[in-house]
Amino acid sequence: MGDTINLKLKIWRQKNSKESGRFEIYDMPGVNTHMSFLEMLDVLNDRLIREGKDPVAFDHDCREGICGMCSMYINGRAHGMLKGTTTCQLHMRHFHDGETVTIEPWRATAFPVIRDLVVDRTGFEKIMQAGGYVSVNTGNAPDANNLPIEKSKADEAFDAAACIGCGACVASCKNASAMLFLSAKVSQFALLPQGEPERRERVLRMVAAHDEAGFGSCTNTGACEAECPKGISISHIARLNREYLRASLSQE
Amino acid sequence: MNKLASKIPDGPLETKWTKFKSTVRLVNPSNKRRIEVLVIGSGLAGASAAAALAELGYTVKCFCFQDSPRRAHSIAAQGGINAAKNYANDGDSVFRLFYDTVKGGDYRAREANVYRLAEISNAIIDQCVAQGVPFAREYGGLLDNRSFGGVQVSRTFYARGQTGQQLLLGAYSALSRQISKGAVTMYNRHEMVEVVMIDGKARGIIARDLVTGELERHFGHAVVLATGGYGNVFYLSTNAMGSNTTAIWKAYKQGAYFGNPCFTQIHPTCIPVSGEYQSKLTLMSESLRNDGRVWVPKAKGDKRKAEEIPDEERDYYLERRYPAFGNLVPRDVASRAAKQVCDEGRGVGPSGLAVFLDFRDSIKRLGRALIEERYGNLFEMYEKITGDDPYTSPMRIYPAVHYTMGGLWVDYNLMTTVPGLYALGECNFSDHGANRLGASALMQGLADGYFVIPYTIGDYLADEIRTGSTPTSHPAFEAAEKSVKDRIDSLMNVKGKQTVEDLHKKLGKIMWDYCGMGRNAEGLTKALGMVRELKKEFWSDVRIPGGAKEFNPELDKAGRVADFIELGELMILDALNRKESCGGHFREESQTEEGEAKRDDENFSYVAAWEFKGEGVEPMLNKEDLQFDVVHPTQRSYK
Ligand SMILES: Cc1cc2nc3c(=O)[nH]c(=O)nc-3n(C[C@H](O)[C@H](O)[C@H](O)COP(=O)(O)OP(=O)(O)OC[C@H]3O[C@@H](n4cnc5c(N)ncnc54)[C@H](O)[C@@H]3O)c2cc1C
Ligand code: SF4
Ligand code: FES
Repeated sequence: MGDTINLKLKIWRQKNSKESGRFEIYDMPGVNTHMSFLEMLDVLNDRLIREGKDPVAFDHDCREGICGMCSMYINGRAHGMLKGTTTCQLHMRHFHDGETVTIEPWRATAFPVIRDLVVDRTGFEKIMQAGGYVSVNTGNAPDANNLPIEKSKADEAFDAAACIGCGACVASCKNASAMLFLSAKVSQFALLPQGEPERRERVLRMVAAHDEAGFGSCTNTGACEAECPKGISISHIARLNREYLRASLSQE
Repeated sequence: MNKLASKIPDGPLETKWTKFKSTVRLVNPSNKRRIEVLVIGSGLAGASAAAALAELGYTVKCFCFQDSPRRAHSIAAQGGINAAKNYANDGDSVFRLFYDTVKGGDYRAREANVYRLAEISNAIIDQCVAQGVPFAREYGGLLDNRSFGGVQVSRTFYARGQTGQQLLLGAYSALSRQISKGAVTMYNRHEMVEVVMIDGKARGIIARDLVTGELERHFGHAVVLATGGYGNVFYLSTNAMGSNTTAIWKAYKQGAYFGNPCFTQIHPTCIPVSGEYQSKLTLMSESLRNDGRVWVPKAKGDKRKAEEIPDEERDYYLERRYPAFGNLVPRDVASRAAKQVCDEGRGVGPSGLAVFLDFRDSIKRLGRALIEERYGNLFEMYEKITGDDPYTSPMRIYPAVHYTMGGLWVDYNLMTTVPGLYALGECNFSDHGANRLGASALMQGLADGYFVIPYTIGDYLADEIRTGSTPTSHPAFEAAEKSVKDRIDSLMNVKGKQTVEDLHKKLGKIMWDYCGMGRNAEGLTKALGMVRELKKEFWSDVRIPGGAKEFNPELDKAGRVADFIELGELMILDALNRKESCGGHFREESQTEEGEAKRDDENFSYVAAWEFKGEGVEPMLNKEDLQFDVVHPTQRSYK
């Protein structure tokens, strides 16, 4: 059933964070084009295990583009060449017979490799813990409809909140900056009345955590926006900059 | 003592929870800090529980196997979350939500628990909005609602097609806040592999660091499991790849009864299987059935394109069979109807295992723009996976395993039969009976975590304020760790020929063929033998590459599949025992003349709570009789 193509895979192999890695080449004949990219790697891993070799480690979970776990650099592009698509949603029908496909992990100092294509994204957690929340305890919230929110604002906040925390923005940025990720959260709360009370504090703390986690600074190249699978707009970085400026100026 | 005491408070249904809350024992703030609670899981149930317990002052540790709590499988829920707000002014109320849930569950859930759930539902929406969860809004700025399968009111709150994501990010933000305060210590990429029992109480866990493979011991005055559903026992399901049964299976083996293991929900609208390599199935949100019409050709083997089949040759079988609910019948009913038309040879697509979900008429009526606004991301997702454009030709869908109503038996306090061990969210059996209504799992997960456990856990911990932390050098920890290590060593030492995937696929096929949408005594008996054989096969022929002390996803998976195989056996036993049809459990021997599920209240109005009796020994069936004081069970009818 379906068409098949033959591919060569050039995959980054690295045993752990201490050892250095290298590329290895694998032939992949007869790839069914209806498969997803990760299913193609499942097939490769199945073969490697049968041959008594170590399978290629990669992160994945939902396989439907929402958990943000998958993270591959495919032919020099984060999540591959399709716009608005995570690695797990990429299907083999977009590849050509005879092609060599290069697969690497996210590369950024703040994202050390754990094994093969798996990286450590703890830096994102640190940013979120620094202020990615509204400080309300559970219980006693007022009736939800006591707080009408302009639909356009709510929609824009949603656009920002759609970030899946995958890290593609960091991986595609030459400075390995996490500004797109960070700005999406800051922006969501800056647009909503619930975020107002902590607006100033939040942006200062989150930016500080970002720098501390080893992410680089933003020089507005726009690579992040182009590669973000969820279409997070770089305009959120502009808003972040305004928020930051406002917060710094009002600092006592 | 009756271990199955449900501990439902006395008094009328409407006042039970209020009364409970005002009379439950409390732990004073200075004692809370000295009490440690382990929360396993960071999905809606786990993240909300960990955050809420930490806010109260308990010292909390939280565990998840992903690299961040934000990636728990709750993130994938699309459709929405129910609440009895009646913002739509269409006659909804706490009672109606309660009633619909009990009826939708085919009268196999506990009234008191469901009523509490309906009562709490409104506070969940308030809480989430306060956190900044961007629910869909109307132009006037107020929250928007839609209707969802199986009910006739609009009570579902949603955030485009990403409701689970937004709710989980809300709970994750609350959790992150507590982590930053030091009130919660988070253990990512950790898997709980054993419950540690001391003097008959749950006192801790053994966890495996999935990066290094090291085993760790963690003490807790109480252990809260919120580890999600076990649909992956079928290999193919809409669950995430890592979703598993390990945590609750270990709990079962330590004495927690397993409630209604065979109750599985097969969701009617998923993208059909496309080939052998298929690793998981993708759900197309049920909300699509609000505007999509389900049909197959009237004639068998009609291979024409959908567009070429004229209306009079189409069978809109749900509208025909169930005029009152039409395309919005509950999931179990819709799934079975799809199976029936495919079994008759009227299925569509290359495999014949699919039906059409058609938007032609609603696009004509409402315009493409509106359909795009409602379902744009789902249509896109469909196109990405199949390469077909649902705006121009109908989607093809087929039922797939989606949710497990069964899970650890819990009392009103959400405590299992093991003192100090709790189960929240999808991993318990409590609120959905034999069939879950759409948009009610998110509601249950957050109700359990934000609003139930913070109260009920105090009732147990009030007796524990003088119990200091047990050092993890205690012999019970020692022994538990050793048994875990021995098991890992045995797994690594099999060095057989079959991959973990091979064996998992075999299990999935047995379960789907004999314990799936249609079940009968003959098939189940056969399957029982097959699963027992498979267990032997697994332990003598599995091949796991690499070592135990390194990042090794194949080893993680092997441990999970070993547990799934044992669970599969229990599910089959349960399905064999329950000779009636109810909700998602369809015993072919028990159907009406029209082919609808036929319940047998006389003999089966109980929760089957299975008790582990030792390796290789038949588990024991305990029964909790269900009492219906308010809703009187009738044969469900959606006609
Ligand atoms: C595709 C899809 C769509 C859905 N849509 C809806 C919807 O629209 N509305 C609705 O109400 N419901 C929906 N559901 C159901 C609902 O999403 C789930 O039932 C619910 O989110 C489960 O939440 P949970 O917190 O119980 O578990 P999960 O979110 O599955 O979380 C489980 C957690 O436990 C952890 N864990 C598991 N095992 C271990 C272990 N051994 N050690 C350590 N950690 C462990 C995981 O890391 C994870 O953090 C949907 C389900 C699916 C699959
Ligand atoms: S901003 Fe985009 S690329 Fe960056 S983490 Fe979020 S979803 Fe991924
Ligand atoms: S695996 Fe979840 S986004 Fe790709």
